[in-house]
Amino acid sequence: MATITTDEVKQIASLARLEFNEEETEQFTYHLARILDYIGKLNELDTTDVPPTSHVLPIHNVVKADHAKPSYAREQTLANAPVIEAGYFEVPKVIE
Amino acid sequence: MQLYELTAHELHEKLKAREITAVELTQSIYDRIDAVEEQTKGYITLTKEIALGQAETADAGFQRGDEMAPLTGIPTAIKDVICTKGILTTCGSRILGDFISPYDATVMTKLHQAGIVMVGKTNMDEFAMGSSTENSAYQTTRNPWDVETIPGGSSGGSAAVVAAGEAICSLGSDTGGSIRQPAALCGVVGMRPTYGRISRFGLVAFASSLDQIGPFSKDVTDCALMLNAICGHDPMDSTSANLPVPDFTKSLINDVQGVKIGIPKEYFIAGMDEEVEASVRNAIEELQSCGAIVEEISLPHTDYAIAAYYIIAPAEASANLARYDGVRYGFRAADAEELIDMYKQTRSQGFGDEVKRRIMLGTYALSSGYYDAYYLKAQKVRTLIKSDFDKAFEKVDVIVTPTAPTPAFKIGERTADPLQMYLSDVMNTPSSLAGLPGISIPCGFTKSGLPIGLQLLAPPFEEEKIMRVAYTFEQNSDHHRKQPNL
Repeated sequence: MATITTDEVKQIASLARLEFNEEETEQFTYHLARILDYIGKLNELDTTDVPPTSHVLPIHNVVKADHAKPSYAREQTLANAPVIEAGYFEVPKVIE
Repeated sequence: MQLYELTAHELHEKLKAREITAVELTQSIYDRIDAVEEQTKGYITLTKEIALGQAETADAGFQRGDEMAPLTGIPTAIKDVICTKGILTTCGSRILGDFISPYDATVMTKLHQAGIVMVGKTNMDEFAMGSSTENSAYQTTRNPWDVETIPGGSSGGSAAVVAAGEAICSLGSDTGGSIRQPAALCGVVGMRPTYGRISRFGLVAFASSLDQIGPFSKDVTDCALMLNAICGHDPMDSTSANLPVPDFTKSLINDVQGVKIGIPKEYFIAGMDEEVEASVRNAIEELQSCGAIVEEISLPHTDYAIAAYYIIAPAEASANLARYDGVRYGFRAADAEELIDMYKQTRSQGFGDEVKRRIMLGTYALSSGYYDAYYLKAQKVRTLIKSDFDKAFEKVDVIVTPTAPTPAFKIGERTADPLQMYLSDVMNTPSSLAGLPGISIPCGFTKSGLPIGLQLLAPPFEEEKIMRVAYTFEQNSDHHRKQPNL
């Protein structure tokens, strides 16, 4: 079984901006360990000289002309925001 | 025969001949929805008012005797992962529970140009992560052939509504099998075109190097019509391929004389359902009797695809889903006083368990110290899987396999064990990792009446080969004509 500890799960959760209670932490640790154990079978393959594939198409650095185009009106952009204030997205206080 | 039982090309003839109107057809679909939706639960949102307006526009064109595109007036359902302007687009997630897209995905713009009638938005596994539609935050879609079983996933809603006659065609998305597997389990045609063939602009991102939009339909001809409408390069998607798009209806040829079909031995695995195997073997014999040359091939790294996929897809997902932070759109947790807490509470309350699991897996695989062991390793294995296919296609034109190792399983059967659920996609992830086009077509039924699917794969951008073989098989069988008893 791959070793992933509850402490690691808490650390990863924090990096991913998630939080779990104790019971969830146990559950996620159990399932992630089982999945990582299965994924461990990749180590059966010798991939020393194999190049990685990040993308299947031979497309690189697609650029387009830098022209300004009309975009959404402010009200439209804000229409889906959970909290707005004076035409801005509002978030909890960041700076003391 | 009811209108909702017909195919798009059959309906087009009736619309053109003015035997029926698009409004009557649309009404027939909503009547059918009223009758069976309670059992199938395929839709998250219905857009009846818009649909009837589009149907009236279509009728006006037919009445004037204009030259009408083949999908004009055809009731079409859209997976709720595709952005539809002014309409709820939830991705099956609580975190996008009230998200109204300000723009249309490119495929929607194209479908509207083609004249379709939009019936509604279909249910799906949250953010397209799942193989049964049980991960939807809203409801579990039922398989129309047996409502105690799952329809497959993640595009389970889009497959089920076509099978149930609640739409004539639909759109889904396929990252690791999410079109082909539900198509097989619901007894309809489902195609994942080559990666890059269709613009992903407006497709809510799960795993960007794998995601691809594609159609569900009742037969291969309708599949070709849908592909003709939605394929093509799009400057708004830098990964869309700038290649000419053929007229796919030209590949609807009932002849496979001399076509070389490869059967990969690794796809006939231990633990595979016996009825599925028998049905697929019969289908292969049928193709052979139509003149195809069948030979066994080997794709030696098949067994590693699920492992590679469940690193690569979650890694990309963990980056893509970082945008759901409760600031610009979607759900925000109510009580957090600090920014980081707000992010954490929003995401923890807004995402379901499977999405969290994939974000965790991806974050872990990309985290410092594990990157080489997991992410880089998986990308290298992806190369091996791709080169297996490259080598096979030096010898054969098309590869034929089962679409799924089993027919539809019972609701709740695999939810307790995520790894077991992942293995449902064992026949689909290898070709996804290689970026290949693939179709699932109906090839039989189990004794208990559940559909079985045949998967056909071709080299990148050679969908025409698939269409020809699929069409030939269909013309020499009648599995696609059966309808579920709802």
